[in-house]
Amino acid sequence: MNNDYVRSLIERGKRIDGRSLDSYREIKLESGISKYAEGSARCKIGETEVLVGVKFEVGTPYSDSPNEGTIVVSAELSPIANPDFELGPPNEQSVELARVVDRGIRESKAVDFKKLCIKEGEKIFMLFIDIQVINDDGNLIDASALGALKALSEAKFPKLDKDNKVVSGEFSGKLKLEKLPITCTVYKIGGSLLVDVDSKEEKAVDARLSVNVGNGRIHALQKGKDIGFSVDEIGRAVDIAVKKEKELAKLLK
Amino acid sequence: MSYTKRFDNRKFDEMRKIEAKVDIIPRADGSAMFKIGDTVAIAAVYGPRSLHPKFLQDPEKGILRCNYTMMPFSVSERIRPGPSRRSTEISLVTSKSLLPVLDLTKFPNAVVDVFIQIIQANAGTRCAGICAASMALAHAGIPMKDMVAAVSVGKVGDKIVIDLNKEEEDYEDGATDIPVAMTGRNHEITLLQLDGEVTKEELMKGLEMARKGCLDIIEIQKKALREAIKENQNE
Amino acid sequence: MIKVGILIKEKSIVVPGDIIAEGMDYLPSLGCFREGKHVVSERLGLLNVDNRFIKVIPLTGSYVPKVGDTVIGEVKDMSFGAWFIDIGCAYDGTLMVRDATEFVEKDADLAQVYNFGDFVVAKIVKITRHSSIHITTKGPGLRKIQGGKVISVTPSKVPRVIGKQGSMVSMIKDGTNCTIVVGQNGKIWINGKNPDDELLATEAILKVENESHIDGLTDKIKAFLEKKK
Repeated sequence: MNNDYVRSLIERGKRIDGRSLDSYREIKLESGISKYAEGSARCKIGETEVLVGVKFEVGTPYSDSPNEGTIVVSAELSPIANPDFELGPPNEQSVELARVVDRGIRESKAVDFKKLCIKEGEKIFMLFIDIQVINDDGNLIDASALGALKALSEAKFPKLDKDNKVVSGEFSGKLKLEKLPITCTVYKIGGSLLVDVDSKEEKAVDARLSVNVGNGRIHALQKGKDIGFSVDEIGRAVDIAVKKEKELAKLLK
Repeated sequence: MSYTKRFDNRKFDEMRKIEAKVDIIPRADGSAMFKIGDTVAIAAVYGPRSLHPKFLQDPEKGILRCNYTMMPFSVSERIRPGPSRRSTEISLVTSKSLLPVLDLTKFPNAVVDVFIQIIQANAGTRCAGICAASMALAHAGIPMKDMVAAVSVGKVGDKIVIDLNKEEEDYEDGATDIPVAMTGRNHEITLLQLDGEVTKEELMKGLEMARKGCLDIIEIQKKALREAIKENQNE
Repeated sequence: MIKVGILIKEKSIVVPGDIIAEGMDYLPSLGCFREGKHVVSERLGLLNVDNRFIKVIPLTGSYVPKVGDTVIGEVKDMSFGAWFIDIGCAYDGTLMVRDATEFVEKDADLAQVYNFGDFVVAKIVKITRHSSIHITTKGPGLRKIQGGKVISVTPSKVPRVIGKQGSMVSMIKDGTNCTIVVGQNGKIWINGKNPDDELLATEAILKVENESHIDGLTDKIKAFLEKKK
């Protein structure tokens, strides 16, 4: 019944909390939430709260890219954040969340993997990006992607000893990002497109499209939920995401 | 060699700086943050809620489930997500440390879930988790006979100290860690573990130090709980 | 000096473990217990002393069901002859077919009467020792909800939303032209002629919830409603 209410409001261009369809709730970004991570951030969108930490580990490169490091993104939908989340191994939702964030960073080339090379063919850095959901009030994808970018943009290379082992607590310069790509998820409810749904609106969502945009270009897409989009709707959704990129990228600067 | 001065210049019976905040996770029925030095724990309580599968239910009273997790980036060396033997044991002793003050008889067949996450770890994480959980349970309105606080004491070199930090835990001439949880009014010890080597006299001295520390922590917990209500009033 | 009597000022916020009174003059009635010569709080709440009775009125936490409470719940499941209603606590309310206000024919499809996801206004008629909760929709004002929306407030704030003799909720009803039914479990049904009215009523109720301790709250809400009109 509440879904019907959400729908009837959105049909009239209104939302339960009075926002317009294309506006986000208040976004708060904070860095340095864990001093033992090489980079870390808190992203709050309304009451949604996500923590992201970046850890560097020394690994061996893949044989097809001997001079490139890599990133590993994981997401934890901890039961601390939502009464419906359960303990246990990553489920479809958390794997999708991690992969959408991963592709946004990887495909936009926000991190230059060549700069993660320590010794060609032998040693590279693996960046572990861990997303921890603290309170789920909707739109976890955008919050996680933004938090991940913030954590990366604050990250510092750890210092290595002569055997190429990480010296904990010592650093050797910042990880410079090549780009600040933004993931904006456009949600479809009935015939309307909107951004940044809260957990009440999320229950009424028919379809969603996560668009990763860097400097106006599209780097990754993920269509989710049970209903389809028309080609026209995809066009409109991308327009919204491109517009939102400018707005959200400012928060990272 | 004698441990004459603590690495961070504290007195031997001085705890690190403590901060506590209640009502930090809006979706939870109760929640709290507890910070001691560079160790930060958060806790959320969900319930009492229905318990499935049914064979776990107790028709006489509700059950308490605690889950302790360290975030992968909370320490220098990344921790793989998922349960470990260590986190499973800490979850168990955490729930045993809180049960003595809880009255769950009004919630037969139900469960109270406590989820603890360590955001930043510099020793004493299980104690910080218990402190956060105790506040979160009170915030969730679960009937409690008393608050529970926890702090670790131990022996670093030749000295008995309270609230060991990571450097002290790793002290090269040996360190003994004794996490202790205690109730506020009756000073009942509800958590006690020890790793290392001490004499009985040293243990008793440590417990007395822990008692004083826990009472100070309980005052901080109570203040944070009252503030959570007052903040609501003044909005 | 021997301390006897009440040790904490009335209307103070008390915390589990606080010793409220000493001696045998006072009796614990709600949210507190006796331990030797002390009366001790077992809840985070507001201290209330009424003659010799000490009460701690909870200010946080989930709903504790009581017989006679009007609650709003959502149909979660059904079986032969009963619906199971989520009323926001650890136990679902059981609504037997014979307790439904609608006449249900033998072997009828119960979903035709109350379907999954429907909300009902119901009354708690019985709670067994093992917390099986029986509810009814027979009685004045009890029914299946149609139209409008259901919002949630912290159950401990319900008395403030209702106000003295229903003064607060009537004022919000009048100020927004909405039908409002407040369940003791913190679920509130709001039904207006248009979404704007419902939005205004929602805002006013959430304001009461968030500022429930402020003196002169009634005037504040009144001003809020007038300003928004």
